Amino acid sequence: MDYFLTEEQQMIRDLARQIAQEKIVPVRAELDEKEEFPWEIMKVLAESDMCGLYIPEVYGGMGGGCFELCLATEEISRACGGVAVCYAASGLGTYPILLFGNEAQKQKYLPDIASGKKLAAFGLTESEAGSDAGGIQTTAVADGDHYVLNGTKQWITNGGEADTYTVVAMTDKVKGSRGASTFIVEKGWEGFSFGKKEKKMGIRCSSTTELIFRNCRVPKENLLAREGMGFIVAMKTLDCTRPGIGAQAVGIAQGALDEALSYARRRVQFGKPISSFQAIQHMLADMATQIEAARALVYATARHVDSGARNVSKVSAMCKLFAADMCMKVTTDAVQILGGYGYMREYPVEKMMRDAKITQIYEGTNQIQRNVIALQLIKESASK
Amino acid sequence: MKIIVCIKQVPATTQVKINPETNTLVREGVESIINPYDAYAIEEGVRLRERCGGTVTVLTMGPPQAETALREAISLGADEAVLLSDRAFAGSDTWATSYTLAQGIKKIGDFDLIVCGKQAIDGDTAQVGPGIAEFLDIPFVAYIRKIEEIDDSLLRVERLMDEGYEVIESKLPALITVVKEINEPRLPSLRGKLNAKKAEITSWNLKDLGVTEDSVGLPASPTKVVKIFTPPPRGSGETLTGSTPEIVDKLVAQLKQDRVV
Repeated sequence: MDYFLTEEQQMIRDLARQIAQEKIVPVRAELDEKEEFPWEIMKVLAESDMCGLYIPEVYGGMGGGCFELCLATEEISRACGGVAVCYAASGLGTYPILLFGNEAQKQKYLPDIASGKKLAAFGLTESEAGSDAGGIQTTAVADGDHYVLNGTKQWITNGGEADTYTVVAMTDKVKGSRGASTFIVEKGWEGFSFGKKEKKMGIRCSSTTELIFRNCRVPKENLLAREGMGFIVAMKTLDCTRPGIGAQAVGIAQGALDEALSYARRRVQFGKPISSFQAIQHMLADMATQIEAARALVYATARHVDSGARNVSKVSAMCKLFAADMCMKVTTDAVQILGGYGYMREYPVEKMMRDAKITQIYEGTNQIQRNVIALQLIKESASK
Repeated sequence: MKIIVCIKQVPATTQVKINPETNTLVREGVESIINPYDAYAIEEGVRLRERCGGTVTVLTMGPPQAETALREAISLGADEAVLLSDRAFAGSDTWATSYTLAQGIKKIGDFDLIVCGKQAIDGDTAQVGPGIAEFLDIPFVAYIRKIEEIDDSLLRVERLMDEGYEVIESKLPALITVVKEINEPRLPSLRGKLNAKKAEITSWNLKDLGVTEDSVGLPASPTKVVKIFTPPPRGSGETLTGSTPEIVDKLVAQLKQDRVV
């Protein structure tokens, strides 16, 4: 379908597709098998100007927004959901600076991220604080010109690989979620180290580690926004990045449909290609329809976010929820169409199904998305 | 350092068609690509500029549609592009092509190094690069797999041979043709693509080059292509059967009959 992309947006999509085809497809199975961070591909993405799509030109970016990031993420995900998350999670780590950083912070940190010289990561989750971000235990205590951070973040995407981390810690535990603050922390600072690298079901080439803070001194100028704004920084960031998860889900699903379709046309049973059987045809038709619906919702939401709309939580949650559930279903059906072959690691769809699962979990489980949507619905209705 | 890269637009290899009447390649309506060896030349030019500073100008002779190839070269990092296009240039063989490109280079003026692919994948002659150097009366080295050193006046390169390589030094300005071992061409960048879209392509015709009509194109081409054809497929081999002595006898008899021995 024609989504009326500008010429520049078409270039982004086409270039991302070319990188995906030429550089990612040939190595995705090996990256998955070895659980190896795709630095070479990150370098290609950097050299192609893909790392700063959503960063303003004054900071060395391409001046686009959430939509441009979604277009690239979708195409990369079509080849590999794992590579895509390494790429997109840098955006997640950067959005807090983009949305809440002061001029000095932006000038210091954005250009290296825009050029792809450095990756970013976002540290919110802890072992006791998943869906309930209010349960954060990591503390930041003011001490002269610094804050002293103590605590452990868990399951942080790009952990160990990124150079720039935006981390949420409690400056005033008594106030609960209103006592959280966000800090920019650089890799290599004393008292900041990484825990074990997790072994995962899918997106296995991406790095997921703990961030460990032991009396890590963070200069006061690295506080984002103000003390107590941490929870708002996190929520506003996720509002802008959830369409990216939606785009990842659309891409993974599209990749699975591509494989299922080409297999169904080749695979002969009972003397005919299985694509001639209505049972298969209806599955393919449903898969394509669901993907297109999700894509339309993701694109519309990303454009809505880029328009500067003030409250985007509900639609942002909707597109992540819808696309992720769709992705799980479509990749499962793709494995079904490939049958025994689909279950084998030699074919790419079992990996797609494993990669798909995370889209229902991270950046807020799909259950939390439903909470966000329902709460907003009730709020809107009550204010009428 | 001023670098000029000469490129050619060629049909995508799977779609080569020949006009049976003129014995020339049919280029209209066929998907075109930058000659793959020229992509290595562009990449090497851009790498040299990144190393030593300066500019990379891409040059091609062809129909107006060849502008697409020049824009692609800009998206891959070239700074400027020049198209030599005129009906009078049509039908050029390697001699006329080299001559015309050399005139274009003279008009560009100042340069330190000219880089070409070792050959085009359609004509496969490998003559145009050396031809340009002859018309410009500058040194040239073919089949370069590595530029070891380059400064304002001197070039040291590795020339790929059948067995091993030679190290050759040359004065500048010079012309080199490159082989695929020299580098791995990068993908275009987004900024490059945006530049390519906006870039002004300089286009020069016969008059701009200030040459006469009979010195270019078909009239100036000594090569006459008499016939181009696809050779008949080779017949399948013959398998001799029987015991080893029998097979040897049959083989010797056959070789004698075919006057091989």
